[in-house]
Amino acid sequence: MMIKTFVVKAENLRAAANACASRSRHGLLAMFACDERISTGSYAIYCLFDGRKPDGLVTVKGLVPAEGPLEFPSLTPVIPAAAWYEREIFDMFGIKPTDHPELRPLVLHENWPSGLHPLRKDFDPAREVPEADKPFPMLHAHGEGVFEVPVGPIHAGIIEPGHFRFSQAGETILRLDAKLFFTHRGIEKAVEGLTPDEAFPMVERICGVCSVSHALSFSQALEGLTGTSIPERAKWIRVLTAELERLYNHVGDIGNLSAGMGFQVAVSNGARLKESLLRLNEAVTGNRYLRGMVVPGGVAMDVTGKLCREIGAALERFEPDFASLVGLMRENDAFLNRVDTTGIVPFAAARDLGVVGPAARASGVDWDMRRDKPYGGYGELDFAVPVRHSGDVAARLWVRVDEVPQTVRLIRQALERLGAAGPELAAAVPPAPAWGAGAGWSESARGANLHWLMMDDDNRIWRYFVRSASYPNWPALTVAAPGNIIPDFPLINKSFELCYACLDR
Amino acid sequence: MLKILQKIMAVGTVTEAWDAGEAPERFRGRVAPAGGSCAACGACVAACPVGAIEADGDTVTVNQRACIFCGRCVERCERGLLTQTGDYKLAELGGQLLGEAVRAEIARTLGRSLHIRHLDVGSCNACDFELNQLLSPVYDLQQYGVDFVASPRHADLLMVTGVVTRNLTQALLMTYEATPSPRLVMAVGACAASGRTFGADNYAVRGGADALVPVDVYVPGCPPRPQALLYGILLALGRIEQA
Repeated sequence: MMIKTFVVKAENLRAAANACASRSRHGLLAMFACDERISTGSYAIYCLFDGRKPDGLVTVKGLVPAEGPLEFPSLTPVIPAAAWYEREIFDMFGIKPTDHPELRPLVLHENWPSGLHPLRKDFDPAREVPEADKPFPMLHAHGEGVFEVPVGPIHAGIIEPGHFRFSQAGETILRLDAKLFFTHRGIEKAVEGLTPDEAFPMVERICGVCSVSHALSFSQALEGLTGTSIPERAKWIRVLTAELERLYNHVGDIGNLSAGMGFQVAVSNGARLKESLLRLNEAVTGNRYLRGMVVPGGVAMDVTGKLCREIGAALERFEPDFASLVGLMRENDAFLNRVDTTGIVPFAAARDLGVVGPAARASGVDWDMRRDKPYGGYGELDFAVPVRHSGDVAARLWVRVDEVPQTVRLIRQALERLGAAGPELAAAVPPAPAWGAGAGWSESARGANLHWLMMDDDNRIWRYFVRSASYPNWPALTVAAPGNIIPDFPLINKSFELCYACLDR
Repeated sequence: MLKILQKIMAVGTVTEAWDAGEAPERFRGRVAPAGGSCAACGACVAACPVGAIEADGDTVTVNQRACIFCGRCVERCERGLLTQTGDYKLAELGGQLLGEAVRAEIARTLGRSLHIRHLDVGSCNACDFELNQLLSPVYDLQQYGVDFVASPRHADLLMVTGVVTRNLTQALLMTYEATPSPRLVMAVGACAASGRTFGADNYAVRGGADALVPVDVYVPGCPPRPQALLYGILLALGRIEQA
């Protein structure tokens, strides 16, 4: 992994970032701040861009002097994808993006007092934080006959918490605003001062259903930073585990989408198939959500010949079963009528917001980290990346459906290569260089999870930033919903399969 | 339509007895002392990421509510005195369900039917996924007279998942208040049952569910497998005995 860094003064950050954005294929990948007063006397604003080399990233680092003014020119007016990152930086560090078009709180809700910024190093996590009751402004639409429908944070089904505000004219959605970060668990702060080994169980628990992807991104960031190369066997077990994660997620999501329209046969069969995959996960890793397999340096457990045969047999049973489930959808006019042309994200919006994963590939953005910035063993494997162009619920569904056979192919290739790999499972990870920074990424079922890590001079975590796939994808939902009717919202929402836990951290 | 009927007939009935899905060999369940003499080296205590292990001289106890079943203590015990068993039936009763009279009263009021409202107060979504799986035809929760409902107004039991975050505190308290009495609360998974998963001093976390509301059933696990959840539900209803 190569990170090329340009260091600029805060006042030049917008111009420098804009120059990088216009030269990169995918625009802004992530943006965050880091309290580096101890080493450089400044706060730093990092903007990450795709590099030319497959394993490269370009970073623009803007220095905000500790003595102030604590501000930088907002990138949002020229790079829309920066909007949420900048709101988060303002919440967590109190560094103001000037000229931000809508600078309102994002992570810290009305209960949090003004002027307290938890990711600053002088914020003591053990301190008592008094209750506040400040306003939390939401976006509205105005006009005669326009009314508002508030939904959540607690929803009617078994789903994660988020608050939606629909501005309506009749049944049609005019505008959607979301208040999220209800499940914010302060993980980035909680791991500061821990060794990578101590922090790892929390990393695996950022998200229950992207657990492998987060474990991989963190491990790869650390391995890149410490120059650790993982054994051959670990490489294929990691691919196997990551693809098992994609498989149960995609199958569950495909079944669940049908719940948005009451197509119960598909819901039941999706849940049944997903259960069989979760049981396979438990047999392979001891945990239905694949926790405990990927560790920094390699993997924790072997996948024995017996387990390989078990996985192979499970795939044999799975394939025809899944094909007939998809058949129920493909040939059902009532189903197609609901998904076709519903909740469109146009290509330009997907590109401008930096949308990732199946949601991006459904809008014609042909990008998959496994192929385009290969990590682990993916560069050596043969698979296709399905792309659609209509950007609607159907496109997001069919991209997932088409990815399933590719995932099965990848699992079979990983199993094959495991047979020839040596027995070693993990390499020792040496201490990280003081104040070194590393990035790691992986393509989860929802898109790229990007982690950034800075270690201090005692091999402890100084700063850990997690950009989950759901981070750039959430704003796309507010593009997809307007113009549709409220009863279609659950369907549109489900088609993105957004993680709240991943986003909120 | 014919294809749908064909699929229904081909699949047939897949519903299992609640504990038929046995834990596989690698499953990481309850950590138990394997016997032998403990060197009191403290390696297990230091290895535990959630502070679930207490050592008093050579006696080691594991707090099942806090345990995330990662197996680090087993791995790092110098003398190999800890083993990870396949035991997942770890639910324990607390609060109102400890009193025999109240338990009988609850059984009489709720009868064989139980309506559940799920409440995510800061979960990673794994527990929530497992609650959803209870509704799959494999577990078919409704066969026990138990179902998830859309509103706390219709609920007898709140199933709470996750550590209580600062941002969901109000939602938890309001949902609890909105649930009519007699009401039960189940803390599902290590986060809700202990509140320790993301460190002790955390600006964003208030603790486990019982830091804010009384809890009547604790179901350990990270996440608890569906069979462990069913065990907890049936235990709370007095339909099975403590394992």
